[in-house]
Amino acid sequence: MKFDVPERASSSPSAIEGSSVFALSDVAVFYSDFKAVRDVNLTIAKNEITAFIGPSGCGKTTVLRSLNRMNDLIPGARVEGTVTYRGIDLYAEGVSATQVRHHIGMVFQKPNPFPKSIYDNVAFGPRVHGIKKKSELDAIVERSLRGAALWDEVKDRLNTSALGMSGGQQQRLCIARTIAVEPDVVLMDEPCSALDPIATARVEDLMQEMKSQFTIVIVTHNMQQAARVSDRTAFFTAEVNPHGDRRTGVLVEYAPTQTIFSNPGDPRTENYVTGRVG
Amino acid sequence: MATTSLGLRESSAPLDLAAQGGWRSIKNRLMSGLLFLSFLVVMIPLLFVLAAVVSRGAKVMGWSFLTKDIAPIERRPGGGVGPAIVGTLVVTGLATLLATPLGIMGAVFLNEYSAKGIFGRIVRFMANVMTGVPSVVMGLFIYVIFTLTFKQRGVGGSLALACLMLPIIIRTTEEMLKLVPNYLREASLALGTSKARTIVTVVLPAALPGIISGALLAVARAAGETAPLLFTIGAAKSLQINPFADEAMTALPLQIYGNASSSFPAAQARGWGAALTLLLLSFLFTLIARLVSARFATKR
Repeated sequence: MKFDVPERASSSPSAIEGSSVFALSDVAVFYSDFKAVRDVNLTIAKNEITAFIGPSGCGKTTVLRSLNRMNDLIPGARVEGTVTYRGIDLYAEGVSATQVRHHIGMVFQKPNPFPKSIYDNVAFGPRVHGIKKKSELDAIVERSLRGAALWDEVKDRLNTSALGMSGGQQQRLCIARTIAVEPDVVLMDEPCSALDPIATARVEDLMQEMKSQFTIVIVTHNMQQAARVSDRTAFFTAEVNPHGDRRTGVLVEYAPTQTIFSNPGDPRTENYVTGRVG
Repeated sequence: MATTSLGLRESSAPLDLAAQGGWRSIKNRLMSGLLFLSFLVVMIPLLFVLAAVVSRGAKVMGWSFLTKDIAPIERRPGGGVGPAIVGTLVVTGLATLLATPLGIMGAVFLNEYSAKGIFGRIVRFMANVMTGVPSVVMGLFIYVIFTLTFKQRGVGGSLALACLMLPIIIRTTEEMLKLVPNYLREASLALGTSKARTIVTVVLPAALPGIISGALLAVARAAGETAPLLFTIGAAKSLQINPFADEAMTALPLQIYGNASSSFPAAQARGWGAALTLLLLSFLFTLIARLVSARFATKR
């Protein structure tokens, strides 16, 4: 079985022509002594959607979280190799993880709105970054909610609790909250895995609209989703370690999405995308 | 046995979803009864205490009892607990001001900064040890190291009470912080919020109702303490507001203690009155704290 991948202008060259945002070279991530993923080399292009796919435990979320230093929060986690973001080594001394995350936002697997009002959820980030004027905040909240295709649904109840929204609305609220701080990159960690197909379709449409302003990296378990939304796809898999029973993730293949799904270069990729394995 | 088109066996017996009766239902009733009984057993002492305190304390209760100075002559009726109410409010209030911020900050350090660190473990261990220190010992300790040197009697009492409150606040606050889901912290940090700001704007508000309950528990415990105040603040008969002076103050538990051990009926009545006053104060604190927490807590 092969997926239909729509033809896209950017999916023809295998090398990145435009400017790149991230460059990972020989990246390995450890959790204490355990090597979770190794030998990741890839370049992520500006204003594109890059998808990370692969079976469970292959390290795709780990790599995603290394892009905005969210792995710092896990005790014992460390990154080897270099992750450069617009020419700056993210793990160099003196780089503040807080500043990094200001530029590189993240949407999580489970919708995680704050137990505050819809308005306060979206205004949270801008307030943290020093915007106090009510009129300015109002404008940002409206723009962000429109950007997340949520404004029309919630404009009359901005002061009600975000926890009263449906799961799909909560996830779009989390996207609005992320884009309210005007990041450069939005990382999405399986953003649709807790959503029904209709809500998923809305988030996918939204990603296409966001692409012109943001660079998006998405981790997904759903291969159809990667085929539908992404320009480039990185396929990871988990390798059995010769010693011990825990598996280490490796990047198998990174190519334009169309290539990954219609003409993969590695038999492991082909087995996975055709549904024979994983 | 018929077979459906999917090849699944289909039972021909009619479906029966009626309750199974018998032993299971008896067991259910038995356990429900036991649970209700244990609820009653817990409630009975509380109700008796309340009834005894209210019925006997009401005999002397009144505006003059709440405002007048301590009776100068023990066997005569009259007099009040005005200085004791003021003393309790001042000493407990000061202790709360000392212990609550320190306790919350300690818990934040333990849970957010050094959950598994060596120093964090030492602090947690010390806090647990502190919980076990008898209040008399705490009073004696503060009397020796503080009151004798600095001669500030009210402050000494507050310090002793604060030492008793601190471990309670640290432990309850830490438990509440543990309950704040990690995804809220991640959501905030992923927006480029600093850790300190995340704690102040996301973590603490989410845990606030529990933190206030813990602080209340500590205040209630401190307000009812007699032993640590015996050494430190003394037992004055007239009003003394200033806790920084070298003048004896008094507090409600001291009045209860003093009057209850008297053989004169008038003094015993005043003891019950003081007990009722303390009870009412506790209710008042609880009410105020609940209102405050309802106002500031994040809405769920």
